[in-house]
Amino acid sequence: MSKINFLKPDKSNLNTFLYLGLFLFFFSILDVFLNSFFSLNLTSFLPGFLSFVFPLLLGFVGLYFIRIELSGIKQLDIFNKNINTNNFNAILSLVIIFVIIKSTPPLLSWFVIDASFAGDTKDVCTGSGACWTYIKVWIRRFMYGMYPNAEQWRINLSFIALAALGCVGYFATNRFKKYLTLYYVVIYPIIAFIFIYFFISGGAFGLDWVETGAWGGLSLTFIISFFCLIFCFPIGMAFALGRRSEFPLIRYISIGFIEFWRGVPLITVLFMSAVMFPMFLPQDFFIDKLVRAIIAISLFEAAYVAEVIRGGLQALPRGQYEASKSLGMGYWKMHIFVILPQALKLVIPGIANTFLALVKDTPLIFVVGLLEIVGMLNLAKTNPKWLGFAMEGYVFAAIIFWIICYAMSKYSYNLEQKYKTDR
Amino acid sequence: MNFKLKDIVPQLITVLAVVIIFGFFTYNAQVNMDSRGIDFGYGFLSQESSFDVQFSLIEYDGSHSYFRAYLVGLLNTILVSVIGIILATILGVIVGVSRLSPNYLINKFAAFYVEFFRNIPLLLQIFFWYFAALRALPLPQDAEPIFGISFLTIKGLFVPAFIWENFNIFFYSVVAAIISIIVIRIHAKKVQESHGKQMPVLLISIGLILILPLLSFLIGGVKLSFEVPVLKQLATTSFIYEGGVSLPPELIALTLSLSLYTATFIAECVRAGIQGVGKGQKEAAASIGLTPNQVLKLVIMPQALRIIIPPTTNQYLNLTKNSSLAAAIAYPDLVLVFAGTALMQTGKAIEIVSITMLTYLSLSVSISILMNWYNKKIAIQEK
Amino acid sequence: MFKHTKKLFAFLAALSLLFVYACEPGGNQGSKGKSKTLKQTQKKGFVRCGVSQGLPGFSNADAAGNWTGVDVDVCRAVAAAVLGDASKVKYTPLSAKERFTALTSGEIDILSRNTTWTLSRDADIGLTFVGVNFYDGQGFMVRKNSGMTSVNDFKNGISACTNIGTTTELNMRDFFNSRGISYEPVAFEKADEVVAAYDSGRCDTYTTDKSGLAAQRTKMSNPDDHIVLPETISKEPLGPVVRQGDSVWEDIVRWSLNVMIEAEEYGVNSSNADSMTSSENPAIKRLVGAEGELGAAFGLDNEWSLRIIKQVGNYGESYKRNIADTGILPDRGPNQLWTKGGILYVPPAR
Repeated sequence: MSKINFLKPDKSNLNTFLYLGLFLFFFSILDVFLNSFFSLNLTSFLPGFLSFVFPLLLGFVGLYFIRIELSGIKQLDIFNKNINTNNFNAILSLVIIFVIIKSTPPLLSWFVIDASFAGDTKDVCTGSGACWTYIKVWIRRFMYGMYPNAEQWRINLSFIALAALGCVGYFATNRFKKYLTLYYVVIYPIIAFIFIYFFISGGAFGLDWVETGAWGGLSLTFIISFFCLIFCFPIGMAFALGRRSEFPLIRYISIGFIEFWRGVPLITVLFMSAVMFPMFLPQDFFIDKLVRAIIAISLFEAAYVAEVIRGGLQALPRGQYEASKSLGMGYWKMHIFVILPQALKLVIPGIANTFLALVKDTPLIFVVGLLEIVGMLNLAKTNPKWLGFAMEGYVFAAIIFWIICYAMSKYSYNLEQKYKTDR
Repeated sequence: MNFKLKDIVPQLITVLAVVIIFGFFTYNAQVNMDSRGIDFGYGFLSQESSFDVQFSLIEYDGSHSYFRAYLVGLLNTILVSVIGIILATILGVIVGVSRLSPNYLINKFAAFYVEFFRNIPLLLQIFFWYFAALRALPLPQDAEPIFGISFLTIKGLFVPAFIWENFNIFFYSVVAAIISIIVIRIHAKKVQESHGKQMPVLLISIGLILILPLLSFLIGGVKLSFEVPVLKQLATTSFIYEGGVSLPPELIALTLSLSLYTATFIAECVRAGIQGVGKGQKEAAASIGLTPNQVLKLVIMPQALRIIIPPTTNQYLNLTKNSSLAAAIAYPDLVLVFAGTALMQTGKAIEIVSITMLTYLSLSVSISILMNWYNKKIAIQEK
Repeated sequence: MFKHTKKLFAFLAALSLLFVYACEPGGNQGSKGKSKTLKQTQKKGFVRCGVSQGLPGFSNADAAGNWTGVDVDVCRAVAAAVLGDASKVKYTPLSAKERFTALTSGEIDILSRNTTWTLSRDADIGLTFVGVNFYDGQGFMVRKNSGMTSVNDFKNGISACTNIGTTTELNMRDFFNSRGISYEPVAFEKADEVVAAYDSGRCDTYTTDKSGLAAQRTKMSNPDDHIVLPETISKEPLGPVVRQGDSVWEDIVRWSLNVMIEAEEYGVNSSNADSMTSSENPAIKRLVGAEGELGAAFGLDNEWSLRIIKQVGNYGESYKRNIADTGILPDRGPNQLWTKGGILYVPPAR
């Protein structure tokens, strides 16, 4: 055994340094673990501040010993390369590990251990944890808004039907593939509209009429997102083409439209739709609140979609345009068959981003007086029987939104990978 | 005659459609306003507003005009935006760089942060911070002092106020330091381009910005003292802190949520920028003998900045527009004060909403123009 | 030629704009004849009523969705008069911000939302106040353990929660300014948020109309912990509002309310209304429509007032049912008939 120099770990005394370092490292983690999970302070004999820093020091020394380059042990090398490249990284890694360990017990206890799940009234929630009973009792309101309980099957049925119809494209055989675009752009929206108008809104065929002011909750979020997406896409496409048009008047009008809607915040647009819009319509003509909100959000998002599509159009090489023209295609033929398919494939992430932003912007419709899930939360948290549970409500809504948005972003990433055609 | 019918007709139709739509709206508005007896005019801006605002950077109370109320709202919006932009940039750069770190833990931690805060709506985050988190803060009498001089309570964050003597001398010294830094940078660039030598600009800048204001303290007669907030009892259970500067919890909640949210987007922009610089650049720079620091400063950063800055500026714009969500909590920004209270008191919906939208529009357009100018300046000249 | 084309377009655009401004449109309806709003209401089959987002005693919905309150009763009275059935009303909960625009835009036809009648609201924004159904005043609420017993105990730096865009905000300012007290106004849009802010300790006092204070106290976590200070700092006459320009509809709403008050004055209530048709007193007979052709003036039949009294009750019954019996404000205060010491004095229905 050659001389051991504790300040310079090297390969010759590999085992010593390895065992010593690992022991110190795991001991420091154990110390923090016991401290946070079981409130056991192994180093209580040290004064306060030192006891706090002690595990950090131990772990740092341990990692320092382990930091042996090219030790020959594969796992050790991977470990070192990822976490232990130099002193600074070692300290950061330790801090992150400790933070994770320290924050787990309070989170766990709030979410699960001390939380109340059973029961129907506020008295059940005596623990210091979350009161999931509150969510359980209000779940129907959060999902459906003020829609009457007895009629909620209509919303469920509509959504299932629309989801099923939306997946038709996946199962279409080759014979029907060419009708897919027509289906999605024209027929599907019409069917959706019929469902909404006759089924969810009711008023005919023996179904009770439920006014749009009573719609709310997550179902309203979906309805608004769906319709705004359907409307903003063609409008955005039109303005993107208009902005790249050769006709100066059309170009300037498109630029004006796009820059106007992109320059103002969505909340002022919704204010405008709630407050000013009725002034601009003839006296007897009354447009429903929900329709006004959908129109406002669609126009707003259309400007962003227009910019995204314009980016795609710009990215296409001029050769495409020239080749189509040389084949004798007119403006519309060229765009429908050659340009737009390629451009749209390019901008899938951009459009997915815009749609994500749309879903995240739906809570703003509280301005118009409609209550989707965040609005219902705010309503529920001030109910006299359930005061003081704001945190549970917000966490619940955050989880739901997070799942939806994360799933969508992953899906759009997959879509992008799938449609990546080499140009 | 060199105009073709097929060129004119689409434009004619479009213009006619636009004119008809606008004319229709204007006509209806006219009819509606007449029948209700509402008149249209911007004269109300000089009327007395009669309402107070909770937080204002300039002198304002109800005896001032609506126009001044508009300025108060505008300044509050700008305040939130500036603080938010600074915090979001710092946080965004840190997280963005961490995303590229080879350290597995740091990398994943930063990724978690980005995915977490990006997928939750901003309004929900604002509500969470304001209604859930900040409402759980202690009452003023129960608050623990931070560093003995600041207090974080349910009524806000109370920090000591700076009391300056001869503030203008300090101000001039700071301005002088900044001007000299700019001059030295320009000079350093010239030296580098002509001789290839590099001046330690960063050290000189830090030195200047520290020494000149310090001098103003020592020989300029500038004095700085602090006014620490003191607990004052208003009633048996009601206390407030007097003295010092009070930051309302509305401002804190808004700035916090805006920064955390926008930082995720800026982090992604920074990451895309640094990754967008070809690997070959780094290798080529190393092969001609530049130190890692020099590689970063002279080769990577300029190219990365070209990719980073446009989308980041877009995010700054988004942050400014998102600050209008202050209307949901009681922070008196432009939308709440002007398009909220003033609109409700005067009923002049069209005028007020149009002014508000125009304000935001001009802000966006001016930043867009600046961005276009910057883009043209640094654009790579393609052959 | 392109140059000329641009000019041509500009000229066309200017011409169309000129055309628009040249047309001076006329009023809402003819000088005489049925009111447009009345026609629409009868065609739709329900009265569109704008109410609060939940103020016990004035307009509040229970778990099943049934609305009750004195403001609700005004709309029910109009429905009884115009459609024959007091239940044919559609209630739209509105915040303080959207209440006036909902009315001017045509989303609702009556705003019965404990709205204060002020000059600027009457004259400036295209609305007409048609009466007062509750005389009130602004007050302050504080916590019992704060030790404050009167507004004279307010000190500099006090924080006060209230609603945005209400007379409360303006009166609060006048009050504190006149006493030279510096205060921090914390104003929210929704009444529920104001109450929550006050309840959590964010504000030291909560100010709104005293009836609102009494009503909102029932929604707090510990109602007994709060007291309403005795002083009243302003006049707040609360009443229903309609759009300007439809004078017949205005009259219908105004006189529906007046009938309720006058019925109490003559002792006519929901139980004895039918028997009152054969009363000796000609004033009572006119009130219940047994005599005279009062309904025709509005375009209604003669039983309009009788239906109101039978289906909704007189003012006293409405007050008792909604405000006194629920414990919100058992004492009627100024909201008592002029013959009994209050200030409810309405023009006679003849």
